[in-house]
Amino acid sequence: MGNRITQTEVPKPVGESKPRLDAREKVTGAAIFADDIQFGNALLHARILRSPHPHALITSIDTSQAEALPGVKAVVTGQDFPGYIGLYLLDRHIFCRDRVRYVGDPVAGVAAISEAIAEKALELIEVEYEVLEPVLDGEYGASPDSTVIHPALAEYKAASFILPQPGTNISNYFKIRKGDVEQAWGRCAAIVERKYRIPHIQHVPIETHVAIAQADETGKVTLWGNSQSPFAQRNLIAQALGISQSDMRVIAPYVGGGFGSKAGVSMESLAVAIATRVKGRPVKLVLTREEEFYTAFVRQGLIAYFKMGCSEDGRLVAMENRFYWDAGAYTEYGVNITRASGYSSSGPYEVPNVKTDSYCVYTNHPVGGPMRGFGMPEMHAGLEQCIDELALQIGMDPVEFRRINCLKDGSILVTGSQMHPTGLSQCLEKTAEAIAWGHKALPSAPNKRRGKGLALMWKAPAMPPNAGSSAWVELTEDGRVAVGVGGQDLGQGAFTVMAQLAAGALGVPYEWVKVSTPVDTRYSPYEWQTVASRLTWSMGNAVVNAARDARRQILDMTAEAWGEDPDKLDIIDGMVVSYSSEREVPLKDIVIYGLPKPDNRGWIGGPVIGRGKFMPDYVTGLDPETGQGERAVVHYTTGAQAVELEVDLDTGQIEIIRGAAAFDVGKAINPEMVKAQIEGGFVQGMSSALFECMQLKDGVMQNPSFVDYRIATSCDIPEGIKTMIVEVPQDDGPWGARGVGEHSMVPTVPAIANAIYDAIGIRFEGPPFTAEKVYLAMLEAGIIT
Amino acid sequence: MGFHRINLTINGELEQVDVPANMTLLELLRESLALTGTKNGCAAGECGACTVMINGEPVNSCLVLAVECAGAEIITVEGLARDSQLDAIQKAIIDAGGVQCGYCTPGILITSRALIDRNPHPSEADIREALVGNLCRCTGYVRIIEGIQEASRM
Repeated sequence: MGNRITQTEVPKPVGESKPRLDAREKVTGAAIFADDIQFGNALLHARILRSPHPHALITSIDTSQAEALPGVKAVVTGQDFPGYIGLYLLDRHIFCRDRVRYVGDPVAGVAAISEAIAEKALELIEVEYEVLEPVLDGEYGASPDSTVIHPALAEYKAASFILPQPGTNISNYFKIRKGDVEQAWGRCAAIVERKYRIPHIQHVPIETHVAIAQADETGKVTLWGNSQSPFAQRNLIAQALGISQSDMRVIAPYVGGGFGSKAGVSMESLAVAIATRVKGRPVKLVLTREEEFYTAFVRQGLIAYFKMGCSEDGRLVAMENRFYWDAGAYTEYGVNITRASGYSSSGPYEVPNVKTDSYCVYTNHPVGGPMRGFGMPEMHAGLEQCIDELALQIGMDPVEFRRINCLKDGSILVTGSQMHPTGLSQCLEKTAEAIAWGHKALPSAPNKRRGKGLALMWKAPAMPPNAGSSAWVELTEDGRVAVGVGGQDLGQGAFTVMAQLAAGALGVPYEWVKVSTPVDTRYSPYEWQTVASRLTWSMGNAVVNAARDARRQILDMTAEAWGEDPDKLDIIDGMVVSYSSEREVPLKDIVIYGLPKPDNRGWIGGPVIGRGKFMPDYVTGLDPETGQGERAVVHYTTGAQAVELEVDLDTGQIEIIRGAAAFDVGKAINPEMVKAQIEGGFVQGMSSALFECMQLKDGVMQNPSFVDYRIATSCDIPEGIKTMIVEVPQDDGPWGARGVGEHSMVPTVPAIANAIYDAIGIRFEGPPFTAEKVYLAMLEAGIIT
Repeated sequence: MGFHRINLTINGELEQVDVPANMTLLELLRESLALTGTKNGCAAGECGACTVMINGEPVNSCLVLAVECAGAEIITVEGLARDSQLDAIQKAIIDAGGVQCGYCTPGILITSRALIDRNPHPSEADIREALVGNLCRCTGYVRIIEGIQEASRM
């Protein structure tokens, strides 16, 4: 101790399972979510008229009858808002102008004094369409035969690392060319070639999207919403409306589950656009559950082709992958999911020869967005089954095969750079041991078959190379600490972790730290977005830097007042102490008012406010032809999952008996919250494996309700999920930490698929492995009659 | 539309309210009485986020008309804690780490309070069954179930 800047030891409460900061508010009903904010009787209610066609031209819109309805205050259409909006590729208008591209595409918006009047007004808007041929398959959409959905693609603005292919439906094309795949096949003792199809699914936060917007006479706009990305919304919506970011304010209360669906901009821009036409009045738009299913972001569909080969002794020699991402009508994030799946396309393995083609394809399906795992669950679903198949083909145990091939410190990655220290091998061993790999237990009944399966994963935060975080740390008259951040708590526990990091870095009890919420872009410091499992690492670094800045100010001020060496001072439990003079003073006495000078002639110091920021400065681009480069990403979190399950021969129903999971989080700032993430991700992954599928027929979702789109309930979860934490430190993480929020859902589908194969010897083209599908496949395979 | 004057007890307090015939209990609680702890997740009785107790029974308040609640005793999440002292279930769910985003939490607390009121020592299977209508997307239910088991031991 005493080292005032570097603090090499891990200080309390870092690494302790502190209770959540927000738990009491949330169990008493006091926590305020967007829909809970009271706006009084000035509030207007918005509803959206949406396209009934997957693909059509708008030939006319007549809003006159709607405008004449008493109680209607504004009716807007695409003609009112010419600007483009988009995160990586500006490919959409807030309201459709000349063309609709999915069922649900916003065509017009109404604000009225009640929801009922707004609904009634929608019925009075007359729209004429000229229906066009829809594109309903990602692979077909990428072909030259397909109708082109965005004829103006060449004119859209795109980030430098996104490569749209004008004249086609391909909004991004990412390639890996490493080694010589063609030549390598001859050296393979075994080759597996498979096609997988991963359906669209939805995030299904229990809270649907809510946005309330208000514009004033001076052109300033305020948006209240359940947002993962308040700053990105400020930036993108301001750009689309042609106003200054400084005139756009986003206030983001608690988020009732996000999983990516509330990142970037989706329906928020609709509320803002309408509000600009009824200045002074707040306009509220709440998505119904049905709208949430197909007009909020969905997880993209994927058609994936894998070919992989290994040598006789079980070493991976080559991989050739083709991914067709069914990105839907627009691509807020899809273009970058395409890129991320490309630069991660080897899976967590060292493979000397890799050829990958990853296509982001416009279709007339709902808009693909980021969802927990950002393409990795979809990609790993097939890849990790092929790994099992390859191992079995050469007669090697799949765990042994993974042991040989999985990434280790210094392994050469698919992009040509080197893997950093990683605990992937430890995760593999722990998971295999926890599931008693190699021991086949007997089924619980004669009409059941039992199996075990395991899968590995890796995932990097997928983001621009220079995504930044900032934070401030302020102290109050009683010595308590306020931490300002611009990242969001979606339930993952970010605020609690930030409080722990600030307490540790400053030297105060955890209970003294409060996070200044709700996030408000007017007062909160900048944060790129709450996505990519990047907050503990990136925002955490900013918070630690801010707390250390405050600490330095306090120690310098005290040292000067006491005439001592600041390196001999420390802050312990909220008390500044001197190791040389043994003097001490509580923070509360000095952090606002400063300290008297040694001779009592004046004062030193004043209100303490620490500031900190973090932005990675080492990420380089990748060669557009080969996908090779120095450092494509900041780091990879790795892990493993295993399951034991039973297949009911009478019904085809799958019961997950138990699960095991281990992830290398670098350093668990709050171990119980890490475990909670691992459990929650396991169950969400299990739900996507067994139940979830958006049934899209001619672009129309057939099952937009919880009755028809089933998610896991309390009765579906296994008896036990063993969660294990591995800690191989991240060199630039706060005390070594890296993220884990999304990762826990990545290997679940292939682990379950591998276990199903182990139980009944059947593989499926893709999830969900519903009872019906399993039963019919067993019939066809002759397992049952 | 006609209004109906009803009396009902909400969290121990007698209320007299004028409600339109088509107003749901959820709307009455959230919009008229500012009891926003009860959440709306689907407005179709499928997610359980709006669960409240009506005369001791857990019910989806989005499916109940306010007028049907004349004379009823309603408990919402705001009524669980007494004099700032958390209910045993509230405390146990916090300690077990069963809270993440918190949106399903009010409904889950009400369902589990009603369960323990009628079955003070539920088995794990009882708890799972009671919660089947309360969807949670964050936690995977593991710690919620642990918390309720712990609360039933208090």
